[in-house]
Amino acid sequence: MEITGAQLFVKALRKEGVDILFGYPGGQAIDLFDALYGQSDIEVILPRHEQGLIHAADGYARSLKKTGVCLVTSGPGATNLVTGIATANYDSVPLVCFTGQVPTHLIGNDAFQEVDIVGITRNICKYAVTVRSRQELGSIIKKAFYIAATGKPGVVVVDIPKDIQQEYGNDTYPDTVEIRGYKPSLSVHEGQIKKALAALKQAEKPLFLAGGGVLAAGAGKEMEKLVDITGIPVVSTIMGKGAIPTNHPLYIGNIGIHASYAANKAISECDVLCSIGTRFNDRITGKAGTFASKATLIHIDIDPASISRNIAVDIPIVADAKKAICRLLQKTESCNCDGWKKQLEELKKSYPLAMKQTGLTPQFIIEKINKMFDKLIVVTDVGQNQLWTTQFLELNEEKQLLTSGGLGTMGYGLPAALGAKLGNPEKYVVAVCGDGGIQMNIQELATAVVQELPVIVCVLNNGYLGNVRQWQQMFYNNRYSSTCLKYRKRCKKGCTGPGKTCPVYIPDFVKLAESYGALGIRVTSREEVEAAFHYAAQNQLAPTLIEFIIEPEENVLPIVPPGSQLSEMIMEY
Amino acid sequence: MKKRWLCLFVENEVGVLAKITGLFSAKAYNLNSLTVGITQDETVSRITISLFSDDQIFEQIKKQLNRMVEVIKVIDYTDIDIYRKEIMFLKILKCTEHDRAFLFQFSEIYGTRILDFNKDSVLMESIKAEEENDIMLQLLYKKLDNPFEIVRGGSVAVEAV
Repeated sequence: MEITGAQLFVKALRKEGVDILFGYPGGQAIDLFDALYGQSDIEVILPRHEQGLIHAADGYARSLKKTGVCLVTSGPGATNLVTGIATANYDSVPLVCFTGQVPTHLIGNDAFQEVDIVGITRNICKYAVTVRSRQELGSIIKKAFYIAATGKPGVVVVDIPKDIQQEYGNDTYPDTVEIRGYKPSLSVHEGQIKKALAALKQAEKPLFLAGGGVLAAGAGKEMEKLVDITGIPVVSTIMGKGAIPTNHPLYIGNIGIHASYAANKAISECDVLCSIGTRFNDRITGKAGTFASKATLIHIDIDPASISRNIAVDIPIVADAKKAICRLLQKTESCNCDGWKKQLEELKKSYPLAMKQTGLTPQFIIEKINKMFDKLIVVTDVGQNQLWTTQFLELNEEKQLLTSGGLGTMGYGLPAALGAKLGNPEKYVVAVCGDGGIQMNIQELATAVVQELPVIVCVLNNGYLGNVRQWQQMFYNNRYSSTCLKYRKRCKKGCTGPGKTCPVYIPDFVKLAESYGALGIRVTSREEVEAAFHYAAQNQLAPTLIEFIIEPEENVLPIVPPGSQLSEMIMEY
Repeated sequence: MKKRWLCLFVENEVGVLAKITGLFSAKAYNLNSLTVGITQDETVSRITISLFSDDQIFEQIKKQLNRMVEVIKVIDYTDIDIYRKEIMFLKILKCTEHDRAFLFQFSEIYGTRILDFNKDSVLMESIKAEEENDIMLQLLYKKLDNPFEIVRGGSVAVEAV
């Protein structure tokens, strides 16, 4: 039977098990939207901006480990996806992004709303392709879903010209796909596993480092088992936080520039480091050449290009984290490292992460979230809000953390939270944002309201772009250049900090939330926090925005200063 | 830093070349030359790349190329027996009678071809390994002060049988 390209598109989505699509229509996508009209298998969510749209798809995909789908029009619709594509791809989130394109005979003519989105996104996604004929449409969509979800997951962009959407052709959608240049690694090298086991056996100070790859592979349980059996302590990256429950006695903490001191010290002191699913980003290694300099390095990663790129590795293992951990589990033994464990335990006790015990501190707020919600997804924005959350949030099998780790995209929090809520209606979803980042996609409050998504949006309002302000305070002599959000034209030049004469903050987040049809609460003291969360949790029909007025110059501590090694942390400031 | 040679088999599709050159510019890899042409299988193109890098970066380049969906195969030609040739056109301008005579003689000795000439220019073709073309150019620069127009095609390479 002959059907249009748009009809085949919908058929393909059904076959791929897509039940939610994040879409924003436009001239060159109108046929695809028309084919979605009136059907009920695929729910179409209409965010208010394409950047919000793709972050929502990202939150949905990340929380469920299921491919998220975006559909936007050509030109500005497509370019508005760019930040979200890089965000998701950097954190290995599977997304398929369909973009409408001008008809094939107009491509290259600078037609209205024409951009070369494949050219623009080529370097920031896993695969990008323009469909050139109606005949290949089915096989390209099949390929797109396969590439997005397999190997190291990532983003695939499929650009579909309008004439191909309209053209009649074959109605078959292939069941399988064969790509000669794309063969994700499915096996685990036995010899390398043996070497890794031997190194771990001989170690006196062994350490596991869990990265985001452990969570992406769904290998949390296996990781915990590995830690339990071996008795080897474990640290994590921000992306790997939650790979094993944070209250596990052998979990030391996050490593990196805002890590726990004990975790960074563990990296500096260990003699065998077994890293799983992390690419050794500069935010976790500190000064190059000093990272785990006393250790034999075992590195398990699904991406061969991540191995020995930033840090030279002794025993590389290219494999899916879950498969590799299962192989290690078959033969691994308990370690003889009681002294080492004790040393780390003491360090952890002597240098706990803590903020001052009075006032409305981020620590107090996040610890309340820990206590008050059991089945929980926390989504952060980017900046201090993110760092405090990764420091103080407790995670276990029932709790999940979503954060833009690689690209560090401000504006991620709110839309990703509503995407996560769409995929996990039974869980509480709490977004932790700053007053800067929330304003980058605040329009998605409308989406949360119309979709009746009771997400709890925490805005930690310090009136500053706080993370940059902190750097300016610590390393740039208090020169608060363009980081004050209370600034008005009348303010004196060269301001070095807040004072009594500072202008009032705009917008009024409570009124803004109310104008969107959400609930808004302002919290200014410790005593109000619990009641605010109770109120928000009871509100099951709409989002609740809670604005927390925190200290303007609150800092994230400890911190590894730029250019220093991990063990050289500034603990107090 | 060392000169390296790579042979890639890639999908013969729109945008593949852009993807490969995009990798070199995005990661600041040092690309020396790149040639591309269709193979006996018309769905496959073959690319010969020469580049300068140290061992670590070179390993990274190979891995990055290998993981591209459009790249079917990457072969390292650096340390295996291969035949390489580069085509180079040289147009030597403002020639005197004496220059012309010299160039005809030179061509015979160095095994190049004179494709065309007129009273003040000579067009020469040289098909040699890239380094041989380099050496030949140096020689000509020493002997002649004339202005040159140089067209270098980049190398193609094939394994020895």
